[in-house]
Amino acid sequence: MSYLNISNVDVVFPTANGAYIALREVHLEIEKGEFIAIIGHSGCGKSTVLNVVAGLLQATRGGVLLENREVNSPGPDRAVVFQNHSLLPWLTVYENVRIAVDKVFGKSKSKAERHDWTLHNLHLVHMDHAADKLPGAISGGMKQRVGIARALAMQPKVLLMDEPFGALDALTRAHLQESVMEIQTALNNTVLMITHDVDEAVLLADRIVMMTNGPAATVGEILKVDLPRPRHRLELADDARYNHYRAEVLRFLYERQRRPEAA
Amino acid sequence: MSNKVIALTITPPIVAETAPVVKVRPPVREAANVERQPPASPAYNFPPVSKARLRAAALTRAIVLPTLVFLVVLAIWTFVNAKITSDIPTPAATWARAVEIFSNPFYVAGPNDMGIGWQVLYSLGRVMAGFALAVIVGIPVGFLMGASRAFYQACYPLVQILRPVSPLAWLPIGLLVFQAKDPSAIFVIFITSIWPVIVNTAAGVQAIPQDYLNVARVLRLGKLEVTRRILIPATLPHILTGMRLSLSVAWMVIVAAEMLTGGVGIGFYVWDEWNNLNVASIIVAIGLIGLVGIALESVMNLAQRHFDYNRR
Repeated sequence: MSYLNISNVDVVFPTANGAYIALREVHLEIEKGEFIAIIGHSGCGKSTVLNVVAGLLQATRGGVLLENREVNSPGPDRAVVFQNHSLLPWLTVYENVRIAVDKVFGKSKSKAERHDWTLHNLHLVHMDHAADKLPGAISGGMKQRVGIARALAMQPKVLLMDEPFGALDALTRAHLQESVMEIQTALNNTVLMITHDVDEAVLLADRIVMMTNGPAATVGEILKVDLPRPRHRLELADDARYNHYRAEVLRFLYERQRRPEAA
Repeated sequence: MSNKVIALTITPPIVAETAPVVKVRPPVREAANVERQPPASPAYNFPPVSKARLRAAALTRAIVLPTLVFLVVLAIWTFVNAKITSDIPTPAATWARAVEIFSNPFYVAGPNDMGIGWQVLYSLGRVMAGFALAVIVGIPVGFLMGASRAFYQACYPLVQILRPVSPLAWLPIGLLVFQAKDPSAIFVIFITSIWPVIVNTAAGVQAIPQDYLNVARVLRLGKLEVTRRILIPATLPHILTGMRLSLSVAWMVIVAAEMLTGGVGIGFYVWDEWNNLNVASIIVAIGLIGLVGIALESVMNLAQRHFDYNRR
């Protein structure tokens, strides 16, 4: 049995015009330490998959098993990095991470240990210099770094990232991708990341899960990205295998799953 | 083409001011002919912006203009006194009265004859009592309305019907129930203050982004922790807005309420001076009421700024 098992998940939303089938028979098995990117057109239900794993949304049928245990409510073992960072604006950068540390390790770590652990995680994302700033005083990329630190600080079994860099400019996004790879090398987390960026998926993921268009979206294809790590953006730009993987994803998205009414 | 641009930019704007526009053109053609020569472009020096001049301009706007308006008001006031009714005292007479009143603001010559300082303090006391009660009741009610759809639907019609009612309409009810002036006035202020507090608190709770609540769910925060660490800080700016609105309206309403209830207070003071035909005192009181209103407003603004995490 795999580490994280998304088992034949259906999600149906009741609407005024009857039931809307968002996901149908989504099945995915993820091994420990794997980095999975889920890609698909907007509206295909990528985030719905993530929300089901996070426990923020209940599957109508099927379910999620983590280490052979069913999970159906949210918890810090499946920490989420939200798309728009979701830092609490009245807490400083430090406090935003500390609130998670206190909640998860309140009983198992001493106060001094929790302080050190908070700083350690801020250091991982290179944000220790802004520990005392409020989120309103730092840039979008920095906020997302803090969001990642908060999630990492929970020491989750699975790190869930919901289009974490979607709202950032290309250069900032590249920086954060580097940071994520660096952290992944050090911690070897199990990561489930939603993205709509083909390069991001190929650069970061061990496997890319390509989803068909909704309604009733499901897993279309899974592409194993067999590139050695550490991966370097510039070297890969001329790498035939990298470009092959990229082309595979593009072909899936733009030939097989072209959105009929996409602008 | 590039030469033309340069030729244009090195033409000092002064030329356009002093010489006719036609004369500005020939240099452009000349410059186009000498393409090889690197155009010597003397850096155009913008006249330095004098800080003193900027400050003087700001001072003009901040002091001179309001003073002008004040003088216009004084002129109209003098005109009204001279040509329409001499019952309105002259500005000078009013000033003399103000000096007299403020020279001894806290005298006590009996229960019905106290200095204007006491009048204001009694009114402020009633406002604070009613306002505090409204905050104590209004914030929890607003929270419930914002958090529970059922509670919102249950209370919304009542709030909507009662909100536009002039608070003074409640005064007879207060007098009837409490059989005393002071509690009735406080009751009126309570009614005045409670609606903005309820409505803004409810709106604040409803405006909390789902993301914050998702963070709470992922962290498995308990109900109490969610309230303390997320709901209250997130709604605080809205609550303070409601409180600020409440307080300024309450200060307006107390004057009217005291005119009806009597007793020590700036509202009854105005009414009393009217009965004694001391119009100068009334005008002084109007000025004082305005100043106290500004003071209350600034205190609330300070509090709001202190708790607004976006502006800190």
